[in-house]
Amino acid sequence: MTNHWIDIKNADVILVMGANPAENHPISMKWIARARENGAKFIVVDPRFTRTAAKADVYAPMRSGTDIAFLGGMIKHILDNNLYFRQYVSEYTNATFLVNPEFKGPWQLDGLFSGYDEKGRKYDKKTWSFQTDENGLPKKDPSMKDPNCVFQLLRKQYARYTLDKVSDITGTPKEKLLEIYGLYASTGKPNRSGTELYAMGWTQHTIGTQNIRAMCIIQLLLGNIGIAGGGINALRGESNVQGSTDHGLLFNILPGYLPAPTATIPDLKTYNEKFTPKTKNPKSVNWWGNRPKYITSYLKAIYGTKATKDNDFGYAWLPKLDEGMNCSWLMLFDQMFKGKFEGFFAWGQNPACSGANANKVRKALAKLKWMVNVNLFDNETGSFWKGPGMNPKDIQTEVFFLPACSSVEKEGSITNSGRLAQWRTAAIEPMGQSKPDSDIMNELYFRVRRLYQKQGGKTPAPILNLTWDYGEKGPDGKVRKVDIHRVAEEINGSYLEDIFDSKATPPKQLGKRGTLCTNFVTLQADGTTSCGNWIFSGSYTQKDGKKTNMMSRRGKNDPTGLGLFSGWAWAWPVNRRIIYNRASVDPQGRPWDSKRAVIKWNPTKPDPNTKKPGVWEGDVPDGPAPPMAMEGGKYPFIMMATGMGGIFGPGLAEGPFPEHYEALECPLQENLMSKQRINPTIKLFYDKSSGAAEDVYYSCDVRYPFVATTYRVSEHWQTGVLTRHEPWQLEMQPQMFIEMSKELAKEKGIKDGDKVIVSSGRGKLWAIAIVTERFKPFRVANSTIHQVGMPWCFGWQYPEDGSSGDSSNLLTPTIGDANTMIPESKAFMVNVEKA
Amino acid sequence: MARKALLISPERCIGCRGCQTACKEWNHLPGTKTVNRGTVENPPDLTPYLYNRIRYIETATEADMVRWLFVSQRCMHCGDAGCIKICPAPGALFRTKEGAVAFNKEKCIGCKLCVAGCPFDVPRYDDKDKISKCHLCYDRTSEGLLPACAKTCPTGAIRYGERDALIGMAKKEGYGKVYGEADLDGLGALYAFIDPPKLYGMSEKPAIPESVVFWHKVLKPLAYIGLGGAVAAAVLHYVAFGPKKDEEVKKDE
Amino acid sequence: MNVSRRNFLKLSGGSLLLSSLSIDLAPARSYAQTLRIKNAKESSTICPYCSVGCGIIVHASDGKVINAEGDPDHPISEGTLCSKGASLFQIINNPTRVMKPRYRAPGAGEWQEVEWDWALDEIAKRVKQTRDKTFKISTKSKVKGKGPDGKEVEAEKEFVVNRTDGIAHVGSAALDNEECYMLQKLLRSWGLVYIEHQARI
Repeated sequence: MTNHWIDIKNADVILVMGANPAENHPISMKWIARARENGAKFIVVDPRFTRTAAKADVYAPMRSGTDIAFLGGMIKHILDNNLYFRQYVSEYTNATFLVNPEFKGPWQLDGLFSGYDEKGRKYDKKTWSFQTDENGLPKKDPSMKDPNCVFQLLRKQYARYTLDKVSDITGTPKEKLLEIYGLYASTGKPNRSGTELYAMGWTQHTIGTQNIRAMCIIQLLLGNIGIAGGGINALRGESNVQGSTDHGLLFNILPGYLPAPTATIPDLKTYNEKFTPKTKNPKSVNWWGNRPKYITSYLKAIYGTKATKDNDFGYAWLPKLDEGMNCSWLMLFDQMFKGKFEGFFAWGQNPACSGANANKVRKALAKLKWMVNVNLFDNETGSFWKGPGMNPKDIQTEVFFLPACSSVEKEGSITNSGRLAQWRTAAIEPMGQSKPDSDIMNELYFRVRRLYQKQGGKTPAPILNLTWDYGEKGPDGKVRKVDIHRVAEEINGSYLEDIFDSKATPPKQLGKRGTLCTNFVTLQADGTTSCGNWIFSGSYTQKDGKKTNMMSRRGKNDPTGLGLFSGWAWAWPVNRRIIYNRASVDPQGRPWDSKRAVIKWNPTKPDPNTKKPGVWEGDVPDGPAPPMAMEGGKYPFIMMATGMGGIFGPGLAEGPFPEHYEALECPLQENLMSKQRINPTIKLFYDKSSGAAEDVYYSCDVRYPFVATTYRVSEHWQTGVLTRHEPWQLEMQPQMFIEMSKELAKEKGIKDGDKVIVSSGRGKLWAIAIVTERFKPFRVANSTIHQVGMPWCFGWQYPEDGSSGDSSNLLTPTIGDANTMIPESKAFMVNVEKA
Repeated sequence: MARKALLISPERCIGCRGCQTACKEWNHLPGTKTVNRGTVENPPDLTPYLYNRIRYIETATEADMVRWLFVSQRCMHCGDAGCIKICPAPGALFRTKEGAVAFNKEKCIGCKLCVAGCPFDVPRYDDKDKISKCHLCYDRTSEGLLPACAKTCPTGAIRYGERDALIGMAKKEGYGKVYGEADLDGLGALYAFIDPPKLYGMSEKPAIPESVVFWHKVLKPLAYIGLGGAVAAAVLHYVAFGPKKDEEVKKDE
Repeated sequence: MNVSRRNFLKLSGGSLLLSSLSIDLAPARSYAQTLRIKNAKESSTICPYCSVGCGIIVHASDGKVINAEGDPDHPISEGTLCSKGASLFQIINNPTRVMKPRYRAPGAGEWQEVEWDWALDEIAKRVKQTRDKTFKISTKSKVKGKGPDGKEVEAEKEFVVNRTDGIAHVGSAALDNEECYMLQKLLRSWGLVYIEHQARI
C-alpha cells in the first residue's frame, strides 16, 4: 500500500478491482463505508458479483484476465477527454521525457515492443530508453507535444483500446465501461481523490505486474499518488506477508529490498556499483543512492565483528545465485519435481494446497529425502505421503513435524498492508510442548553450528561467523530462550562507533557508540553502523539511554483528522503513513487539496533541527528538503533515480506500457488486440517438445470450455489449515463449492447443491454447485463465454472424514507472471460435469 | 433505564459473519457439522448453538442486476414477548433491565411452549432440553459492554443503544419506517429496510398466536393457582396441539 | 428452511382477542451469569489472519485464554472483527492442535510422537549432510570482457557462490517480523538460495 487502511475514508472514488475486501479484508469495508457516508462512490469490477460488489454504487462484470484491456480503455478515455491532472502529470511524472526514436510499440509491431527475441522469449530493452542531454539527464518537452515524448506515446499505445474493442474483449457492457471511466476520471481534479484496492485478482496472472502498472499510470495521470484518499493499494493476504517480504524471505531479495547477490558480482564494490543508481540532477533525491550504507550495515548485523573492511564485510559468505537463476516458487517446485532437492522446509505454509498445480507439488514432495513441517496443525503438506493417490509404503521421504505455538503465546511484531509494524504481546505461555518459531530457529541454529564446530564440513565460515546474540546463554553456549526484543534491536540497528556528520562544521554527532540507531539516515557504508533491515530502522530506538519499542506505541491522536494516527505503532519508512506524499503538494509546497493536506510547507516556522525558517507539517514528509520549486527543493518520487513517477516503465519484462494479452489458458483463438495471443515473455514450462505432462495446458480446447478463477472466502484463510480446524468457520463454510451462472447450470443439467466434477488439464475434484445470479455469461467476440469460480481453502487432510473436498489448486496451471513468477491462478480453463 | 435495542441495517452489512462467530465465541457455543446446500448460508436455520446467523438473499432485479442482501436473524426481543407470556416456569424467560428477553436455563422446564409463543420462530432447545436463544448478551450489557455481535460488526450493520435514539438515527439516515418500531409493543431488534420486509424474509405484521394470548390471559394464571408449571405446560400442550411427536422435536435439534 | 417450525404449532382460526393486560412473571433481575472476563489478565495482540492488522484483546485466566475480542482502542479496527478474527479463541484452544513433535519414517503409514531433542538433532544432522553433499563453493559463469584486441568477448569464469543447492525452504508470512529476519539469516548462513514464501503465490 502506498497509503493505509484508514486513509480509504478520505477517498472520493474507490475502485476495487482484483480484490474482494468484504470477504478477504472485511474490516477495510468499515473505511469504505465511512468514505461512502461522506459521499464517496464505490466501484467494483469483478467477474463475479461478490459480497463486496453487493455494497457497490457501480458494479461491472469483467472476464478474468482482461484487466489491461479494461484499464487501457480508461487511459484512452482520460486522454481523449483531457481529464488528466495537467500540472501533476507534467511536473511529477516522466510524461514529458523524450523516448529513444528507435523505440516502437505494439501499435506499430502488432502487439510487440521493439527488441523482441522470439527464441529467447525476451526483449533487448536497448530502445526502451530516454533521450539524454550532456549530463545524462532525460530530455524533456514540457508542452508534452513532441511525438517522441512519453505522453504522446501513451496516447498512441491506447488509441487502439476503443470502447467497442474493450467491451468485446472484457465482456463488460459499454455503458458500464463509460460510467466507470467517467466516475473514476472525475478524480483528476486537484480537490478530488481516487484510490484503487487490489489483491491477488491482479497479481495472479501472466500479466499481473502490468495490471498494476496500468493502474499506476491512471493514478499518475489523475494525480492520485501521494495524496490522502489516493494511492495504489495492495491488500495483502497474510498478517505479515508485508513483513516477511520486507525481511527478505524470498530468493531474490535480502532484507530491505536489497538485491540478492549473484555469482558475477564477486565483491561488495561491484555490488554497490551495479545496484546504486546515480543521477546528476540535484533535485533528485535518488534514495537508492544510499544502497552501500544499507548492504554494509546488513552485513555488519549478520556477521558482527567478523565482518571487517579487510574481508569485504563477509560479502563472500552470502550465498550467490548464478546469473539468470530463478529460484521462485514455480521453479522451486519444478526443481523438486525433478528430484533436485534432498531436504525441504515448509515453515508455516501448506504448498500441497496453496501451490499452483498442486498435483505436481504433491508428487514433488515424494521425491524428497527429508522434510520439516513447522505448523500448529498437521496439514496436506506434512501428511502428503498418505494423501489421495499416494501409497505410503512407496514414499521414502522422512517427515518431521515441529509444533509451533500460536501468535498469542509469544511476542513480536507484524507489519500490515499499510506498512504499519504492530507489536503483539504474549497472553499465555506456549501450550503443550509447542514452541515459538524463534525458539525452533534458535535450536536449529545451535545444533547445526555445533555439528560444524565439532565435525567441520563444507565451508563452515558463514555458519560459524553468524551473529546470534539473542539472549542469555546456557553452559553449552546455546541461547536458552530467544529474547525477541534483541532481534528487534538488531533489525533497527545500532552505532558501532560514534557517528558524525562530516559535512557540518563543526562535525555534528549523529550517533553515540553502543546505542540504537535513530533511523536509517544515519547509517554508514564504512562498517561503523549495524542494521539488519534499513527500512525498519527507527522501529526500536533509544533516547537518553532509554530504549523505546516504537511498534508497541498506542497513541490515539489524529490531529489532521485524516486518520494518520502517527503515534500508533510505527510504519516504515520513518513512520511515514502515506508514501510519495511530496506529490500531494504543488511545487511551492501547498497541498493540492487544503481539506486533505497530508503535508504542507510552513515557510515561517523554524525547523527544529536547523533552526532555519521553513518546515513541513503533517505526515512525515518524503525527505525534509524544501518544496520542489524552492532552493534545495526535491522531486517527489524519491525512490526513482529521475525523481519522477513512471508513466513509461522500462524496467518490466514485457514492455514499458501495459499491453493486453490473453491468459495462457483462454477461451479465444486469438487476442482481439493483436497477433500476440499470450504474454510474449512468460517462461513456458510446457510446449510441444518439452515439459512434464503435469505442466500441460489447453487453450481453446473443447474439453475445457469454461473460464475458471479461484478465490478465498471470509470464513477461511488461505489453504484453511487454521480455519478448517475451527469448528465455527467450518460450520459456515464446510465444503468445496463452485459458483456458476444459471445459464451454464441449465446447459449442463446442474442444480443448486448438486455435486459436480471440475476438471482441467492438470487434475480434477468434486465440488458442490452454487448456481447463482451472481455469475453471468460473458458476451465476448460475438460468442457466449461462461466463467466459474472456486475457493482454494479446502484440503483432503482435515476434516479427517474428507467431507470438505480438496484444493482448487489441483486445477491451476504451472505458469507465472513474466516479472514476478506469481502463478496464473485467476484465469484458466476447466470443464464442469454433474457427478 | 431507557429501553435498549439493536438496529440492524442490511444495507450496511457485508455478510462477513463476524457477528455470527463473535456470538458463538462469547457464548461458547460449539460449531456443528453442516453441508453446503448450494449456498454460502450456513447453518440453514437457528439452532440451540446458533443465536444469530446471517441470511443471504439473492434477488434478480428488472435491470438484469442482482442484489445480494445480508440479514441477521435472531431473537427480536419483543416488547410484548409471546415467549415470556406463555412460559409456565417462573424466571426461565425474563426481561432484563435493558429490555432484552433473556433466559435462565436452570429454571427452564423444557416444555417448549415458548416455541409456540414466538412470532419469529426463534427459541431452540439444547441437548439438555433447555431454552437456547439470543439474550442480547445481558451479561455484557449489564456491565456496560456492547453485545458481542454489535461490538464486532465492522460496518455498523448491527448497532446497540437506546431504542429511541436508534429509531431516530435510522430516520435520520433516511429510513421512513423502521421495522419493529411499533409491532408487539416495539421490537428490541429493529431493522432498517429499504424494501418491503417480505424481501428480507420478514412478516409484514408479526403477531403473537392467538392461542398464546388465550393461554396467557386465561389458563396461565389458573395454572399457577392449581398446578406446577411443568404439569400445567403438559396439559396445555396437549389441549392446544395434541401429543408431542418425537420427530418434531428431533428435527429441531 | 422452508416451513417455519412454528407453523405446525399455530392454532388455526378463533378470535380470542383479549385486552392486553400484561402479567410479566419474569423477575426484575435474576442474572444467572456474571461477566466471565472480569478478573482476567488482558493483553493486546494483532489478528493473525489478513493484513488489515486489527487489534484484539486477549483475556487469560490461570494461564488459559478464556476470551478474545476486538480492541476498542485500535484505530483501524475500532474494536470490530470479522468472522476469522472473532474466532482467534478457537485457534488457541483447539484439541486438534499438534502439541508434540512427530516423525514419519520412510515408508511408514503413520506418524509417531517423538521428543524435541531427538527431532532437532536429527534435522540438524540432515541439514549438515545435505549441505555438505550439495554445497557449491563456486560455479562457472559467462561474463563479458575485453579481449586482447579490445573487442568485447564472452568468457567463462569461475565465481565463488557458497551455496547449498540441495535444500529448499518455503515460509512464512505467518511469522513475526523478528522471526522472518532470523529465519532468512539462518537459511542464508546454511547457503540456501531456494527461499520463498506466500508473497510469491
